[in-house]
Order: sequence, then structure tokens, then C-alpha cells
Amino acid sequence: MSGETVHAAPASSVSEKAVPGWFGLVPAITLAVLFLIPFAIMLSVSVAHRVPGGFFEPGFEWTSYERLLSPFFGRILYTSVAISAGAAAICIALAFPFTIFLAGMRHRVQTLVLVALLAVLSLSEVIIGFSISTLLSRTAGIGNLFAAIGLIDGPRSYTPGLFALMTGLCYLVFPYAVLVLYPPVSRLDPELRDAARMMGAGPLRTFFTVTVPLMRAPVLGASILVFVFTLGAFLLPQVLGRPNHWTLSVHITDQAIFQSNLPFAAAMAIVLLLVALLLVGLTLLLGRESGGRR
Amino acid sequence: MKRRSFLIGSAATGIGLMAAPAILRAQSAPLRIGTYGGYFQDSFDAHIFPDFTAETGIEVESIGQPTGEAWLVQLQQAARAGQAPADVSMMAQVARIRGQSAGLWAELDPEAVPNRANLPDHFVHAYDDGRFYGTGAVSWYITLVTNTDVYPEAPTSWQALWDPANRDRIGLLALASNSFLLEITATTYFGGTDILADEEGVMQVLEKLSEVRDNVRLWYRDEGQFQQALETGEIPMGQYYHDVTGLAAADGQPVRSTFPEEGAVLDSGSWVVSSASDAIDRAQIFINYMARPEVQAKLARFVGTAPTVARELTDLTDEEFNAVASDRTPILPYYDLYVERSDWVNQQWSEMITG
Repeated sequence: MSGETVHAAPASSVSEKAVPGWFGLVPAITLAVLFLIPFAIMLSVSVAHRVPGGFFEPGFEWTSYERLLSPFFGRILYTSVAISAGAAAICIALAFPFTIFLAGMRHRVQTLVLVALLAVLSLSEVIIGFSISTLLSRTAGIGNLFAAIGLIDGPRSYTPGLFALMTGLCYLVFPYAVLVLYPPVSRLDPELRDAARMMGAGPLRTFFTVTVPLMRAPVLGASILVFVFTLGAFLLPQVLGRPNHWTLSVHITDQAIFQSNLPFAAAMAIVLLLVALLLVGLTLLLGRESGGRR
Repeated sequence: MKRRSFLIGSAATGIGLMAAPAILRAQSAPLRIGTYGGYFQDSFDAHIFPDFTAETGIEVESIGQPTGEAWLVQLQQAARAGQAPADVSMMAQVARIRGQSAGLWAELDPEAVPNRANLPDHFVHAYDDGRFYGTGAVSWYITLVTNTDVYPEAPTSWQALWDPANRDRIGLLALASNSFLLEITATTYFGGTDILADEEGVMQVLEKLSEVRDNVRLWYRDEGQFQQALETGEIPMGQYYHDVTGLAAADGQPVRSTFPEEGAVLDSGSWVVSSASDAIDRAQIFINYMARPEVQAKLARFVGTAPTVARELTDLTDEEFNAVASDRTPILPYYDLYVERSDWVNQQWSEMITG
């Protein structure tokens, strides 16, 4: 394929000719190598035999899964899902209006904000966790500021706890939510909004009756991304949460890294994956049904 | 001075390499030695490795390793692939015993480590069939630590952890197998660790321990997180390592380490070699070197750890010895608990903590 052909052919047929058919195999093979094979290894480890006080041997048994069938792990699974769903809800509730506001700004400002958000992505969970725990601490945190301006009697700490954990998780995923929402929001036809205004709807009413229904699919997509992303966070719950906020991911880390119980860690990871897939599938199904009614 | 001895050591190695091309390949890579990252590794880099290289001509690559268990999993996974992230590692006892059950440690030649005679029996490690594989490296105490600004008076007993006045002020290690809080509770309230022999006893101790939950602000896995919070006074009390607390205090931080009246926990680290290592000979030279009384004394002076060789063999003064150890009977970890009943204890522990 030369530059000549690309120029000569009409744009629609270029994409078909320029990319040979076998090219589709590249992502398929990459997916198999980077996802399916590790997943198969994890499956096989999850049914391996745990050697008490040692590591594990190849084998086939359900012991690790059976250990998960307890009220204790039920509660932890519930905690994980609730924390991630909560973080997703808060994050989208902040990111969606923010993105609409952003799309209405001057082009240059939009670029600057997006670059700043991309820069935030380069921060690791560790840095975010420790920064927020310092920011919310009694000795060096915002409690001092509140005390200085007389809002509270003396400096206090706001970490560890649910508030600190949610702050950390939302900070972690906010840029992703905005970056996912930005393209559809920026393509939103301004005439629809203007039409609603002309028919007498106020800005809030326009937002809820025109913008939100139009953006239903992108918002759902962003929520799922944020939910799944926070489900895997294992450091923030340790640094910013109390033990009752430790998610399944924290317990997986404990088992894999500190107890050298890889079969149990793998079993928990697979259950977490299945639950996440189930919830995502349910969400998509619900989204499609009501979308059809519309 | 230090830099010069390092250069001389390198030069000696260089000449050796030129004279004997046959060993060039084996000697070209430095001996990789793992110690806990942070203060510990820095102290070894500054005070131990340069002198070892100067004397033996063996170059050392210092590797910062995470706390025992995490490093054990990495070593094990790497060994399955025939790799060794470090040749020699310092392992805490629970991790060492788990590695032993998995046959992870390379067999060493006892004749190549004659200084093992300096060590008490429990610091000369062998497989059940008698194959020798490691030696005690350093001992350390886990003590009751406080921020001196927040607590002008040092606490005297582990009971301070249970004191309602310390609500939300305490930092404790997050795992049963590295905090040894079961042993601390058993010694403080049940007259000793014998009660931990059966599951019923362990449950009684856990019940008592669960009373500290309201006082605990942080169950830490990462030492750095607690140390920083202790130094700033954010979390002004907790359990921590006597050696690093001493080094921090020497740096001018407002922290102190106290040996409680019930005793401090005495744990230790041992030198072991990964079975995937191809530098067994040089590893043996290092392990033998580290079991010398004068090297153990140097560790006590510069790293703040208690010697693994008998005190009489070293030239430590009373003052120097008391800075790193205590004459009080220590609380000894009940290691069997974390090997034979590890998964059960871990499960009960998790349920107690998350309450």
C-alpha cells in the first residue's frame, strides 16, 4: 500500500484496502496472550491444592471456593460492591456536569483542562493515597485551616474513614470519567438545548429533560468504567479506610502477598471478576431495555 | 575512606578476573544480597557491604526487599521460572520456615561456613533430613513506641494499648504473623504464650485482643506509613521495631522505644540462599563473614540490631548492648501457629480486625 493509492481511492474504500484481513488477528492474539492465558493460569491456580504452611501444588479441588462461602466473605463482597458503586455514583455526579461546563468553555481553556486531567492520570494510587491522608490529617491537614478560621474548636483528622476513602477513589477515577464523557458531550447538538430554552425550559430543566436523556449511554458507560476500576483498588482502602472498609481486593492482596495462599487469592479474584461481569451485564441490559422503550 | 576501599576492592576483583578468565563469567555479576528496604538497607550499604567487598573482593549488589512474606512469594514464583531476584536474602522466621517447607532454600556446605559454630543451635537452620541451609542474621525487638511530644512520660506496659484514654491513637501491624499481638496479649493477660497451644485458647486471646479495636487508628502493612505518622504525632503510639525507632530518634525525631514490663517481642532474620541462585560459593563466603562476632558487634553499633552470636563473643560494652537489647525476658513468637495453623489463624484474625 503506497501513498498514491490512498490519495487516489475514495475515503470509504481506503480503510478496507489499506488494512489486510489478517490484521484483525493482531488484537485477537494480543487479547489471548495478555488476558485469556493469564486468566487460564489463574483458574488453574484457584483449584490447586494449598499446602498449609507452604505454597501450593497442582491439583483439582474446590476447597478455596468453599472457604469463600461464608457470611464473612459475603459481607466483604457486599462492602466492595457498595464502595465501588458509591464511588461511581459520586464521581459521575461530579464529572458529568463538570464535562458539560467544560465543553461550553473556550477551546484553549478546554485543552488546558484536559491536559491537566491527563497529568493527574500519571499519579499512582500510592501517591494519591498518601497525599490525601496527609491532607486530611490532624497534624498537617485541612483541619488546621478549619480551626484557624474558627469553624471547629481544634484541629482534627478526617482520615481514615469512609469520607477519606471516597475522596481518594473519586480523585483516582475522576479524570477517566471526564475523558470518557468529553467526546459525546462536546458533540452534543447545541440547537436542542436552544430549542428547549426557546420553549421556556430553564437551564436545570433543560439539563434533566434534554441533556441527561441524550447522554444516557455515555453516562452509563462511564459509570461502568469507574465502578470496575474502583473495584480493583487495593491500596486506597488500606491507606484511607478502616478495616471494615477493606475491600475484597485488599483481602486478595493479603492472601497472595502476605499469606502466600495463591489458590485462595485466585479463587477470590475469579469470584470478584464474575460478580463484576454480572453487574456490568445487568446494567447494560437495563440500559438497553429502557432505551428501547424510549 | 569508604570510597577508596570500595575502589581497591573493585580493582582487586578486576585483576583477579584478568588472571583467571575461566571464572570471569561466574564472577562478573555481583553477589545480590537482599535486606529490608529503607533504613535497614541504607545501613548495610554504608557499614557492612563495603568492608565485605574490600576484604573478599566480592562485589555486592544491594537489593531492597519488602517484608518477609511478600518477598517469599516473589522468590518462590521466580524460582519456578529458574530465576533468583537475589542470591542471598534476609528472611524473618515465619517466612524462612514456610520457605523450608517448600524446599525453596539452597543447601549449603557446612564446611564452608565454619563461623556457624559462633551461633546458638536455633540460629543454624537445616532441613528435617539435616541438610544445612541458613544462619541467623540479626535479631530485632518489636517494642512499644511513642511520640515524645504527645507522651512526655514513657508507657511501661503493653496494657497501654487497651487504655480507653488512647482511643484512636494507636498503630499496630496488620497481620497476625508479623505483629505477634497474639503473643503480646497472651503474655500480658494470660500469663504466657502456652494458651496459644490450642484453638480454644487462641480464640480466648483474640477475644481479649478485639478490645483494642476502638483504640487502633491504623493497622499498617507498610512500615513507612506508620513511622511517618509516629514522627509527626498523627498516630502517637503503637508497636514498632526497636532498631529503626532508635535510628529515627538518633536523627532527632521525637520518638522513643520502650521495653514494656511484660517484655518486648524478639524476632529475628536469617540468611538464606534461593535454590535458583548460581552464586552459592560466594553466598557461603558472605554468610560465613556475617557470623563473625566483630561483624555482629558492628551491626549492633550501626544498624541497631541485637547480635545473633552469644554476647560474650562480642566486644560490645554494657551501654552498647543495652541500646539494642534488654535483659528482660523477651516474648518469643509462637512460630508453630503461623506454620501449622496459618490459614485458620489468618481467617480468625481477619474476622477479628474487620469486626
